[in-house]
Amino acid sequence: MNIYFSNQGNLRNFQSFVEKLDLTNPSRLEITTHDRWVTVHPAHLVLAAALAIEVGRENTEIVGKIPDSGRYLDRMGLYKLTKTKSPFNYHKKEPAGRFVPISVIHTADDQSKFITDMIPLLHLSEENAKVVKYIIGELVRNVLEHSLAQDGAIVAAQYFKKTNRVSIGICDTGIGLWKSLQTYWHPKTDIEAIKLALTPGVTGTTRHEGGTSENAGAGLFFIKSIVKTTRNYFAIYSGNAEYTLLKYRSDTKGTPKLNADPNRDKHNETNNAPSFDGTLVAVDITLDETPEFTELLSNIGKVYDEAIRERKRNKYRMPRFE
Amino acid sequence: MKKVIKMRELIGDFAENKDKAKKIRIEQIMPALSREEEVSLDFNGVDGATQSFIHALISQPIREFGNLAFDNLVYKNANDDIREIISIVYRYMQESLDRA
Repeated sequence: MNIYFSNQGNLRNFQSFVEKLDLTNPSRLEITTHDRWVTVHPAHLVLAAALAIEVGRENTEIVGKIPDSGRYLDRMGLYKLTKTKSPFNYHKKEPAGRFVPISVIHTADDQSKFITDMIPLLHLSEENAKVVKYIIGELVRNVLEHSLAQDGAIVAAQYFKKTNRVSIGICDTGIGLWKSLQTYWHPKTDIEAIKLALTPGVTGTTRHEGGTSENAGAGLFFIKSIVKTTRNYFAIYSGNAEYTLLKYRSDTKGTPKLNADPNRDKHNETNNAPSFDGTLVAVDITLDETPEFTELLSNIGKVYDEAIRERKRNKYRMPRFE
Repeated sequence: MKKVIKMRELIGDFAENKDKAKKIRIEQIMPALSREEEVSLDFNGVDGATQSFIHALISQPIREFGNLAFDNLVYKNANDDIREIISIVYRYMQESLDRA
């Protein structure tokens, strides 16, 4: 397998990143980078980390010429997962970073501790911390509950001061969305599985409206909606499919309209990506654009209600007219 | 009889651990509602909650006890975010129960 970190590693180019992955020869992983400048999103890092953990440190290498900006790979903890010795020397405690390095979460208690420990690292205000805690809480829980991943949830995050943005990546090498939804929803393709997972009220544990006592099928829809409201990118990669919610234009006035149907959101998609056995979720949130969290939840809740009501109406028996 | 559950002591300041929600539901909320007791969930000191947590906490009581749950479950000191999430869960659960 080969993962290439380019000099344009943002979510706008996420599909391009995915399409360049070489996931053949799954017993060995090589990580290469652009030779002059490397920019990575936490989502890129957690995918590399998840695959490195899966194949083992002894079978993972960072090869080729790594530019100075590759120091970030070391700071985020990627070198530690490979047999390649880091070429970078720096003070590990230098205060420039507002980042959460690659972390592995196996249990619900790990998750609670991670969320508590993570927020001070990002130096966020109380209001902004709420959004980040919410997103990570829901995404990590999805992995622990639905992915059946032996290696847990791999998480990393970065705060970008200049753009006041938090980027988050969460990855697992579990069963993927297609298998997770197969019992009750029977998606035909990986892209159909991703879109089902983004639809309000769809959970892998039942087809009943209202879900089970444990699951309602709201988590990913809420997160996609939070991201859309903050006018940024959200991406999921699982199996052969990749879906990227595109940025809602900043010059468009008013709150972005939330859609229950992911097809109605402006997005890129492919069902021909290199096959990845697992799920990767990537999130960017622009904190300037985040309204009061209560208001945000209220708006999302309204769309969720309407979607559930509409799906229920679609099941009603219709009168027989002659 | 009134049962008071101090959430902060059980879940910390951010309510996201669904295992803990399930434990509170099974060990405290369901038995108390079975005895037709009022259950006061006190969120004092809890800053936020995920929808998944609140769903795991109260959807089964609503589904199984219906009006008894609506009458007897009381949420104390819930901030606006937590109130909003509880309200969302109430609405979609009632939709699913045909009570809307």
